[in-house]
Amino acid sequence: MKSTRLSHLRKGGGILAGVAASLLAAAPAFAQAAAEPTVNKGDTAWMIVATVLVLLMTIPGLALFYGGLVRAKNMLSVLMHVFYCVCVVTLIWVIYGYSLAFTGGSSLIGGFSKAFMAGITPESKAATFTVGVAIPEYVYLAFQMTFACITPALIVGAFAERMRFAAVVLFVPLWVTFVYFPIAHMVWYWAGPDAIDAAAKVLAAATDEAAKTAAQAKLDEVNADSGLIFQFGALDFAGGTVVHINAGLAGLIGALIVGKRIGYGKELLSPHSLTLTMVGAALLWVGWFGFNAGSNLEAAGGALVAMINTFVATAAAALAWMFVEWAAKGKPSLLGVLSGAVAGLVAVTPASGFAGPMGSIVLGLVAGAVCFFFCTTVKNAFGYDDSLDVFGVHCVGGIVGAILTGVLVSPSLGGTGVVDYAAGGKIAEYVMSTQVIAQLKAVGVTILWSGIGSAIIFKVVDLMVGLRATPEAEREGLDLTDHGERAYTS
Amino acid sequence: MKLVVAIIKPFKLDEVRDALTSLGVHGLTVSEVKGYGRQRGHTEIYRGAEYAVSFLPKIKIEVAVASEQVDRVIEAITGAAKTGQIGDGKIFTLPLEHAVRIRTGEADGAAL
Repeated sequence: MKSTRLSHLRKGGGILAGVAASLLAAAPAFAQAAAEPTVNKGDTAWMIVATVLVLLMTIPGLALFYGGLVRAKNMLSVLMHVFYCVCVVTLIWVIYGYSLAFTGGSSLIGGFSKAFMAGITPESKAATFTVGVAIPEYVYLAFQMTFACITPALIVGAFAERMRFAAVVLFVPLWVTFVYFPIAHMVWYWAGPDAIDAAAKVLAAATDEAAKTAAQAKLDEVNADSGLIFQFGALDFAGGTVVHINAGLAGLIGALIVGKRIGYGKELLSPHSLTLTMVGAALLWVGWFGFNAGSNLEAAGGALVAMINTFVATAAAALAWMFVEWAAKGKPSLLGVLSGAVAGLVAVTPASGFAGPMGSIVLGLVAGAVCFFFCTTVKNAFGYDDSLDVFGVHCVGGIVGAILTGVLVSPSLGGTGVVDYAAGGKIAEYVMSTQVIAQLKAVGVTILWSGIGSAIIFKVVDLMVGLRATPEAEREGLDLTDHGERAYTS
Repeated sequence: MKLVVAIIKPFKLDEVRDALTSLGVHGLTVSEVKGYGRQRGHTEIYRGAEYAVSFLPKIKIEVAVASEQVDRVIEAITGAAKTGQIGDGKIFTLPLEHAVRIRTGEADGAAL
């Protein structure tokens, strides 16, 4: 089976490479230096489409999903927050964000070697998950840019209806710089399959002890040139840790620090347009195919796995939420179905390229029920005002997805298994406990980094410009007080 | 003369109007209003957050009629607006002292 799955490199990959060496020793022809990776126009075309789809899921998708959920007097405020995120992060990304996330440096953060897009031309290439196949670096940069844009946009739902716009303006650049770029680097940065494959072949071809030692050192060096969480062997196909746990926790921290909305728990804070929320949720689902299937980086089998998983997990989670809500609250609500669908999209994100479709259905059912429990019972028990349930859907759904990814990747459960490029691209032996522990470590590091980093940044912003709108402004609505306009005039 | 004020369910407006028209009632005034009676509103649930909505949308009809017509008007409104469910509404009657048709200056019975 030719696979394009993300490599699974554990520390001690040298052992696997040693196995590879003995297997490949009989085929010294492979030991030649790898050919220059080629770019396929089909892959490029698909990645352009996927990139645009992720933008679509952010604006207008996420913006409308969130906008419909707030009161009419804060509609524009929320739309503005999301739109601002896209604009400012786009510029930060090309100036230094891409470089910090996707160049080598330490295992925690990259460097500035590609700042201001230095050295990136239409001809430069980025690695995919297949040896010898590349995509243009421009499209990889743009695709990853859309991820960086949507992640802070997810956060703003947690403190909607009370955060000053000036605070958002300051928070977003700081947060992507100190929280998003490092975590994206830790989870996703690696040297790429070609470098590992080439190093493994050199090792396999080495005949004497000295050459073997040197080749082994080279392979270790290539393996070490990756992010911390990647080195754990943790799997995150399209951003369960990087995007959802990260944003969800930052949202909760923000909601706690800025405080509850005036009237929370006492007054009617109902959504002003579930119609727009439905439009937004549906656009999220559509755009999510770019998010998940695009994360395969190639228009190949792996993209199809991600596509079908994105269909079925989402449907399962929407129905799970609906039936659980029906049983617990007496009525199946549209908002419940929409929330369940988003929870399913979140949960399948890390697993989308690894699980099988039947596993994804189970994943969706679990995510729908668990997220419902957190958005209703847990939220009410603790009394935090996460306005639009960013924590309950994204962080909780992300954690469910991240952990179950470790289970569902199992070939015995219909998953794809994990490719070991150091062993010539074969599926590595799967041990559930090892994989789940790697996933838990990834979740733990993400929670710590995002939680502590976000708390510090919110405090700094609070000191500099103040987080909270005045009570008068909050009562009047942020549309008028922050932006001088209203969403609906008659 | 009497002023009949009826609070009814919004979707019953057309039936009530038809019933009144068939009685020979020539005009009425309609307002969209909000309120509650014994029903005390209802509950809406958004992602587990329960909100008690106490003020429900209703229609208020005001119609001025001759005193001898009042019973039939009340009967017509009751018949047309009734669903048998809670929240069907109420009818009030008030004494009406004077009525003037602005266009012609006609007064009282002639003005209705």
